[in-house]
Amino acid sequence: MADAKVIPFGEDPRTRRKGQRAVRTQRAQAPLQPVPPQRDEEQPVAEPPVVEAAGDEPTAGAVGWEQRLAGGLDFLRRRITGDYEVDDFGFDEELTDQVLMSLLRPMYEKYFRVEVRGMENIPRTGGALIVANHSGTVPLDGLMLQVAVHDHHPANRHLRLLAADLVFMLPVISELARKAGHTLACAEDAQRLLERGEVVGVMPEGFKGIGKPFSERYKLQRFGRGGFVSTALRARAPIVPCSIVGAEETYPMVGNSKTLARLLGFPYFPITPTFPLLGPLGAVPLPTKWTIQFGEPIPTDVYPPEAADDPMLMFNLTDQVRETIQHTLYKLLVRRRSVFF
Amino acid sequence: MGRVVLVTGVARQLGGRFVRRIQREPDVDRVIGVDAVAPEHHLGGAEFVQADIRQPTIGKLLAEHQVDTVVHMDINGTPLNPRGSRTAVKETNVIGTMQLLGACQKAPTVARLVVKSSTSVYGSAPRDPAVFTETTPAKSLPSGGFAKDTVEVEGYVRGFARRRPDVAVSVLRFANVLGPCADSPLAEYFALPILPTIIGFDPRLQFVHEDDAIEVLRIAADEPRRGTLNSGTFNIAGDGVLLLSQASRRLGRPTLPLLSPTVTWLGSVLRSVGITDFSPEQIRLLTHGRVVDTTQMRETLGFVPRYSTAEVFTNYARSHGPGLLPPEALARTVDQLAAALPAGAGQN
Repeated sequence: MADAKVIPFGEDPRTRRKGQRAVRTQRAQAPLQPVPPQRDEEQPVAEPPVVEAAGDEPTAGAVGWEQRLAGGLDFLRRRITGDYEVDDFGFDEELTDQVLMSLLRPMYEKYFRVEVRGMENIPRTGGALIVANHSGTVPLDGLMLQVAVHDHHPANRHLRLLAADLVFMLPVISELARKAGHTLACAEDAQRLLERGEVVGVMPEGFKGIGKPFSERYKLQRFGRGGFVSTALRARAPIVPCSIVGAEETYPMVGNSKTLARLLGFPYFPITPTFPLLGPLGAVPLPTKWTIQFGEPIPTDVYPPEAADDPMLMFNLTDQVRETIQHTLYKLLVRRRSVFF
Repeated sequence: MGRVVLVTGVARQLGGRFVRRIQREPDVDRVIGVDAVAPEHHLGGAEFVQADIRQPTIGKLLAEHQVDTVVHMDINGTPLNPRGSRTAVKETNVIGTMQLLGACQKAPTVARLVVKSSTSVYGSAPRDPAVFTETTPAKSLPSGGFAKDTVEVEGYVRGFARRRPDVAVSVLRFANVLGPCADSPLAEYFALPILPTIIGFDPRLQFVHEDDAIEVLRIAADEPRRGTLNSGTFNIAGDGVLLLSQASRRLGRPTLPLLSPTVTWLGSVLRSVGITDFSPEQIRLLTHGRVVDTTQMRETLGFVPRYSTAEVFTNYARSHGPGLLPPEALARTVDQLAAALPAGAGQN
């Protein structure tokens, strides 16, 4: 970690633990000042080499602040003059990295304390299709999965999630979803993204999974028509099964008001022990402890190109992916000590 | 003997420019410009025939001049005259195309037909894929307005191509054409001092530069070059995408986010005052946006646009002057703020 030239600010000892994250955020910000020489003689104890102690050097802290501010102003300047790039899908990488991820990260690190396993199963380059279970009434699991892939993958890859069409009908949400790199769950978009070498995330259970009652938690629903398999076969991208534990209990859905759902045009309207009883307070998710486990990738380039049109193979692969996720879910549940810790 | 090219819709700026350009082609003998009204701009020596393509006279014209290439550019979203009615535009678009195609079918000399269509045939809906290819069916067909016209026009063109398989037909679906003199609805929209937008939506837009539009029309009207094929349907758009928010910031025009029913109402007010036309399909475009795939344009048609979407827009912004919030002024303010910081001062 000799290249970790980090000037921390603040006296919080926690900054030391977050060393690695600080490296990334600092690197992303434009002009860095040269690192002031280490003043070992002034430091009472040897610090880990990643981070230079800040507490006893008030000027170092001030410089860090000013740099942050300068970086922030640089960012502001680009934003208000429109000087940034978006891709064909409306993905705004800069906004996602600097703003949206920073908003989600506290939730990911502090609230749900997500533990990630098997990150090595996501390839460093090239397309891959991550297939995950879907749960929790509100699609927080997709967002957390996106943070997990971005923060823990060695190449900091961006997960391009496929979202339901409802997302793109709702104002604000559709705008944010596009900017965060999500797109409509359809074969055309998925294939285009995979062929461009992106990591695509899909939750084939859809509304059946996310809107299932609490009593059916961790029971995988039907995987649509398995369209994701044929898309992966066409794009010759590996399929990475992914199991998410903890999202089911964030909003335990004990009832579903079909009338209200029909009235609002939503596929379900959740009733949890706290929502809508406590109003907006009831919309706060329960602080469960999450685990995200990526399984062994299933290669698709071993099949001939015409295999995408073979329904038998498609069903078999769909079942294989589904079974893998279900078994991993059970394994993770057995291993889990408590829902909240 | 050289070719004889007939161009419709020459009273528009784009049509006029195309006539002047195609005349310079070495193998083109004569160019005949047709429109219902006389153009205000010169046609560079091309013959102008004042004829309404909704009338059967167009057939006589084709036979009389032994026309072999027809470039149909009289498909427009907005009336030429700001006071013109939408009904007349629709009639010219649809009935005019029917008449013209009927005349072409009867004219044995016609060997090539180029139709200027628009990407609005795809509509804009939240259920559509993010990127349209030429074969993507629209999830919700446009219910009216210019978009429906183009869908109908393309339907008639397909019928014509079936009945006259000997004619090379190319349909060019243009994204929003912007340029110094393009009169597309979106150009009118960006000329507003404050841009009304739909709350909570940031559409993806694509633009084509006028020069590129002229060039691709020329390629489609010529004999195909070696290794390319210029009959078929092609999406024409500059590379890349701009979000509406980005476009408004680059243009320096403030936006006014409104609820979509309010925009519809405001649109009718603006239309009655005669400032701009806020048609329902334009509101849909400004809600959900539209992006097309241009692989066919590059690989089959062999055309590479000179301007990317962002460059087209930069040019447009330069030619129209800064808005109320010029990006340069905003950047300067931020720079001054940064210079006020000791760290910033040390660095720059």
